[in-house]
Amino acid sequence: MASEMATTLRVRSRIPRSVPYTAAALVIALLLLGVPQFMNAMTLGAIYALIALGYTMVYGIIELINFAHGDVFMVGAFASLWVLTTPLGLLDRPMNDPLQLAVTLAAVVIPVMLFMGLVGVIIERFAYRPLRHAPRLAPLITAIGVSFILQNIIQVVFGPSPHPTPQIFPKVDVLSVPSFNIGDFAVAGGTVRGLNLTIIVAAVFLMAVLQLFVGRTRLGRAMRSTSQDREAAALMGVDINQTIAITFFIAAALAGAGGVIYGLYFGSVQFNLGFFTGLKAFTAAVLGGIGNTVGAAVGGFVIAFIEVFAAQLGYSRWSEVAVFSVLILVLVFRPSGLFGQALGERA
Amino acid sequence: MTARTVAPRGTGSPRTAFFQFTREHRSLSIILAWVVIGLALPAIVLLPPLSTFQNQVVWVDGFALSGVYILLALGLNIVVGFAGLLDLGYAAFFAIGSYTFAFAASPQAITHLNIPFWPMLVVGALVAALFGILLGAPTLRLRGDYLAIVTLGFGEIVPAIFLNADAYTKGTNGIGGIPQPQLPCVGSVCVHFTFLDPFPFYVTMLGILAVVMILIYRLQDSRLGRAWMAIREDELAAASSGINTITTKLLAFALGASTAGFAGVFSASKLGNVTPDQFQFAVSFTILAMVVLGGMGNIWGVVIGAFTLYTIQSVLLKELNQFFQGQHVPILQNIDFVQYQYLLYGLALVGMMLLRPEGLFPSNRRRRELHQEAAEDTELAPPTQEIGDS
Repeated sequence: MASEMATTLRVRSRIPRSVPYTAAALVIALLLLGVPQFMNAMTLGAIYALIALGYTMVYGIIELINFAHGDVFMVGAFASLWVLTTPLGLLDRPMNDPLQLAVTLAAVVIPVMLFMGLVGVIIERFAYRPLRHAPRLAPLITAIGVSFILQNIIQVVFGPSPHPTPQIFPKVDVLSVPSFNIGDFAVAGGTVRGLNLTIIVAAVFLMAVLQLFVGRTRLGRAMRSTSQDREAAALMGVDINQTIAITFFIAAALAGAGGVIYGLYFGSVQFNLGFFTGLKAFTAAVLGGIGNTVGAAVGGFVIAFIEVFAAQLGYSRWSEVAVFSVLILVLVFRPSGLFGQALGERA
Repeated sequence: MTARTVAPRGTGSPRTAFFQFTREHRSLSIILAWVVIGLALPAIVLLPPLSTFQNQVVWVDGFALSGVYILLALGLNIVVGFAGLLDLGYAAFFAIGSYTFAFAASPQAITHLNIPFWPMLVVGALVAALFGILLGAPTLRLRGDYLAIVTLGFGEIVPAIFLNADAYTKGTNGIGGIPQPQLPCVGSVCVHFTFLDPFPFYVTMLGILAVVMILIYRLQDSRLGRAWMAIREDELAAASSGINTITTKLLAFALGASTAGFAGVFSASKLGNVTPDQFQFAVSFTILAMVVLGGMGNIWGVVIGAFTLYTIQSVLLKELNQFFQGQHVPILQNIDFVQYQYLLYGLALVGMMLLRPEGLFPSNRRRRELHQEAAEDTELAPPTQEIGDS
């Protein structure tokens, strides 16, 4: 019973009770990190959260760690680079007209999300669906294979060196916070860039839409029922193949959005960026309790804060070690994650 | 186990006699096989198409290094093939073996221990096994796919530690000056291990491979080996039959890790240096591809898979580059084939899983397991074979 509960996609979670804690944690993080690093962590967290959602949804519905998901995100970053440079022909020229900026963003985000969704569906159709009834090891190995195929295709098409992404956001600060002291403790002030704010708002918007979609729509209900009991769902008239395909579409589209954000924020993309980013996002999904969409989003931000904290303390080289140690510790001591229910231990 | 239940059909033909001999004298056949292979390989590369690629010394050097990958694949096969645990950070144990020897032997390491090669071969394996237990003990009760991710994380942490703890490991530069094995002279016969002469390494590697393979075959047929396969096929049933699944899995982890430690010591000594980038995820991935391609669970299949992939990656792709650069073939001459290496492995993994999950050279048991529907059909058919057997 417990193991069946564990892998279902859950929309409502124990989050509401922890809202005050979350708020308190954010305030403490803000005070410790100071404004610029806090915004950094929030932006990074938004990217991780968008990817982590894909891991958690796919795992929730077919119990597969979609190892290629990090690379789907990477392909999304390159797709966004391509759209920005080739059809739109944009250079590193900030757009000061908000309307022009918004239209450009839409012209990048929408096609990239659709395209990546399609890529996700294709991967599912050809690499995972034939193995749905195979031993667990088989689709996992296939997923690793797909991950390397995606990396290699991008490496061959774009080359192995990092590519600069056009920076279309104006360097405009929307908010300026002065430094202040609480007792003897100094809190670093700073400015908040429009880019950061846009990214965070957009990511939260996408997550909210997803939440509504899974919780309130017919297709979302089909997804939840498929993840609870595939056969019973099929008997109730749910088209299982279609539902799983839609899950992959959404997961990959969100990763694509993450890719667009990554390019805009970091200004440079490389063929191997999906590996570590994907692994961190997976850690986020596990931390939040795999199968739990809200948990994955929260986990994304937690991982980002851990990483930025490590960098703040001067251990940026160790940030990856820190994140993976978190992953191992969570899996060993609390495999159900922060917000998940008890996981069955048997495969 | 599996081999012995097959009834001897048509006794008398040379083929059957051969298989009967290999069944009854398995250890001897393994030694004989490696002697034959060991003699044949340096001779084959003197023949035309192969001799035109590179000269014999370079070939033998490559064979000695391919032995490292064969060892690694054999070790991973214990974990993935026998026990069915997906280890994605296997290169970490390889790294631990290599760095253990570097710390123990290299005069450039901060430890200045100067311990010779031969005892370290065993110590390296033991240290790697210890880390296998340290990683496995808390994590092996996780579900299979979680275990894969934990091992992946471990596989990233270990090289990252060797990279970042540069006060001890010299970071990116790694530790150089690792000594080669030394043997005392017997009478006037002296063997010198040098970078220029790969033959002593080659022969040592053949010996190591023969010993490791004999041990692994014996493990496979032992009580422990049968317990591994029982766990792989149905963990709950295995536990119900009285198998201590945690200990059994831990032993698979430790023995797999020790093989990698073995390979690590040899490789460190052969290359003369260790750097963190020798142990990237791509290495774990390559070894996994070798095991999957050769056939999970099949010892000789894994050896062939590892040897084939290593030769493809280290010789064939480079040769294709040179070949097409010389010719003026429009598209092909501009392609760098070496950079398609991982695309090739990725396609191999996906293709194998979809079309032939048991590998090119499957073990009988693994094939039955991976084609469950087919196996169920045969179970319905009258078991003629077993009747003839008993």
